[in-house]
Amino acid sequence: MQGYIKENMRQYGLVIALVVIAVFFQILTDGVTFQPRNVSILILQNSHILILAMGMTLVIVTGRIDLSVGSVAAFAGAVAGVLIVRMGVPVWLGIIAALAIGALAGAWHGFWIAYRGVPFFVVTLAGMMIFRGLTMLILDGLFVGPFPASFQMMSMGFIPDIFGGDGFNLMAVAVCAALALLFVIMEFRKRNISQKYGVGAEPILIFILKLVVIVGVIGLFAYWFGASDGIPNVLVVLGVMVVVYSYMANKTILGRHIYATGGNPKTAELSGIKVKRVVFWVYVNMGLLAALAGLMSTARLNSAMPRAGTGFELEAIAAAFIGGASPYGGVGKVSGAIIGAMVVGIINNGLSIMGVSVEMRQVITGVVLLAAVIFAAFTKNRATKAKASLETD
Amino acid sequence: MDALLEMKSITKRFDSVLALDDVSMTATEGEIHAIVGENGAGKSTLMKILSGVYAYGDYEGDIFYKGEQCRFKNIRESEKQGIVIIHQELALIPYLSISENIFLGNEQAKKGVINWHVTHQKTKELLDKVGLREDPHALVSSIGVGKQQLVEIAKALSKRVEVLVLDEPTAALNDIESENLLNLLLELKKEGITCILISHKLNEVLKISDQITILRDGKTVETFPNEDVDENRIIRGMVGRDILDRFPARDVTPGDVMLEVQDWNVFHPEIADRKIIDNISIHARRGEVVGIAGLVGAGRTEFAMSLFGGAYGTKISGTIIKDGETLSLKSISQAIDKGIAYLTEDRKQYGLILDETICRNISLATLKSVCQNLTVDEFKEKRVAEDFRGKVDIRAKDVLQHAKNLSGGNQQKVVLSKWLFADPDVLILDEPTRGIDVGAKYEIYQIINELARQGKCVIVISSELPEVIGLSDRVYIMNEGRIVGELSKEEATQEAIMERIMEH
Repeated sequence: MQGYIKENMRQYGLVIALVVIAVFFQILTDGVTFQPRNVSILILQNSHILILAMGMTLVIVTGRIDLSVGSVAAFAGAVAGVLIVRMGVPVWLGIIAALAIGALAGAWHGFWIAYRGVPFFVVTLAGMMIFRGLTMLILDGLFVGPFPASFQMMSMGFIPDIFGGDGFNLMAVAVCAALALLFVIMEFRKRNISQKYGVGAEPILIFILKLVVIVGVIGLFAYWFGASDGIPNVLVVLGVMVVVYSYMANKTILGRHIYATGGNPKTAELSGIKVKRVVFWVYVNMGLLAALAGLMSTARLNSAMPRAGTGFELEAIAAAFIGGASPYGGVGKVSGAIIGAMVVGIINNGLSIMGVSVEMRQVITGVVLLAAVIFAAFTKNRATKAKASLETD
Repeated sequence: MDALLEMKSITKRFDSVLALDDVSMTATEGEIHAIVGENGAGKSTLMKILSGVYAYGDYEGDIFYKGEQCRFKNIRESEKQGIVIIHQELALIPYLSISENIFLGNEQAKKGVINWHVTHQKTKELLDKVGLREDPHALVSSIGVGKQQLVEIAKALSKRVEVLVLDEPTAALNDIESENLLNLLLELKKEGITCILISHKLNEVLKISDQITILRDGKTVETFPNEDVDENRIIRGMVGRDILDRFPARDVTPGDVMLEVQDWNVFHPEIADRKIIDNISIHARRGEVVGIAGLVGAGRTEFAMSLFGGAYGTKISGTIIKDGETLSLKSISQAIDKGIAYLTEDRKQYGLILDETICRNISLATLKSVCQNLTVDEFKEKRVAEDFRGKVDIRAKDVLQHAKNLSGGNQQKVVLSKWLFADPDVLILDEPTRGIDVGAKYEIYQIINELARQGKCVIVISSELPEVIGLSDRVYIMNEGRIVGELSKEEATQEAIMERIMEH
């Protein structure tokens, strides 16, 4: 069992780091961080980071980076603003148009990077300037808003409580209970199949501990949401995205091809993988997610702004690296992106509760990013050594 | 005459592989000493030991230079003693000028400020000496390979060289350039510079060397003066080993022609007017093992990769006919779908994802067959990998072990498994046993035999002549992008193959 823990230290290390940071801010903010109301706010304010971090993790897995996401997000928001507010286009059509624009922006980057061999740094840096400029142009440098209520629901609304709980949202409790049950059933099933095929199931003690911890966390969320306004709509969007992207990355051919492309592009190419196509679509996906993130933050702020999305790319890149993605490509998980996004979110939220200035927040996020990567390198060394010693046994 | 340089009983291991086994050589002052031997005989390794690339302590044995024992820890120390090596792959920086390259690491400077007048003037003198008429300011990338070789020599001369070691200096040069280079070496000899020359080109060796040392399988075979010697004498020394039963027997009679390649032409991917493959036509039968022999740089890998869905080269022309069907392969995945597989000569760079598990490496080229709908069935994938681990005998704890932690032989078996899983009809194996030990080699030969027995057609590219001869039913000989001979199993001897290569 000790061997197992050592081998998987990298994963546990991340979770432990998240818990440490969470507790740290809970203490520094005198317990405000994890008050039910603030948890809601934390999720609403930082949902875009998770969306972007998932896309960015895939880009980083291919060994590249995308600097343009903040500008593309702003541009998508601006397009939605102009269409919906100024031109009176239906909300659903505006949203689809904005998402399509984002995907097109991604395709523009992907084309030059994958098919024309222009360095990704140059292409996405150019994209960062181009789409920021276009945003300002179509907004004439002005704020555009307010949006219809249905658009705002996307990131401000909560799931209605059909059980009519009095002072405590029963819907949240019901959903969380269902999720916890589903999770436990699926874990047992997975363990059964693993054992049937005789492939690496985790030790029983760790398995049970894992279940208890995760059910406990879900219970905590049930309390937080129950005691405030319920489950935010945006969390449903995030949940769906997390499931889809985890599945795509871990279980599909496309996912495997992305990892192979980052792990060793030459080998991937010679194994029949269309490396250029993979890179192209990873950028298209990043553009699409940037647009989604842009729409969410536009909805939350209820206006499209020329300066929207500034610094999104840095938050996304930081979250992906904190989540364990390797700058050398081939390594990085969606689950890591989730944890990374939570870390960045908690830091943002905690510092703003404490009234720390925006400038200082950047300094602190930077220090945490550096610490996370150093920590990752350290645990990775330990894990590899443990693994190597197991393998030579 | 006294010995200037003596290497005594040098033994060098790479992990468990014995690269040099009790090798000795002696060079006297002012001579040109040629070292010849097949690929993998240990020539380059020996020179790397001499120049300190492999530090003292990494090998066994002693080196004496001017009567003193040498314990070089790095190149810098051997260069201080006047021993300078020019490697096979040139070590020039393309976007620096000739003078910057010549004085790189040895800048003509005072207190860190470079004196460009002195630098250019000295460069000019050195270039005159090696007979190169180029502007010292010219970028190295703007001059040809032959001239770059001269720049390398000028760089060596700038360092007070006493022993100049050249590793295959003329491999990339044309005839005139080679001629010039050899004449330059004779000039340097007159000035008292001792020269150690590694070369495959026996005519050059015979032309300029004073002494010839032959290495074979990491051992010194003999050293003799270059008097009344001809190429056959050297070839016999290079290949004359007892061929024991190193290759498992195979009792398969090749069937119909399965693969035919006609009038195949390929051009260099960057230099579009450089022809790499020149009108090659070959065929291979069901159940046949076809060897392609040739020296490094003969274009064998380029040929194989261009067949594999155009993985190498541009302006590819010619036809591939497989089972009577003319294939037009536009991509590697198409080639795989049509039953063609290519095992790379460089498993670490092109064959494996080192940071991935054995399991994922094996399934990489054929993910579709472990998929249900869009989902990769990880259990099936693992079962397949476990299956191969048993069949091919990959020595690992389990298939979740990472490829980078395996030995060379086991890594090669993983790459081989990847292609076996794709179940191709035509399998091209490029140097399938490079850098792996004898036992693993034998196992790979057995797998090749098994494939032939299943009626597949196996094309083996190898620089080890005994291997090509031992494995193949038929051997094509390649040189400079062309097929220069075809020998049946009975005709194929090492002498016959070497002769055909040397003739062209």
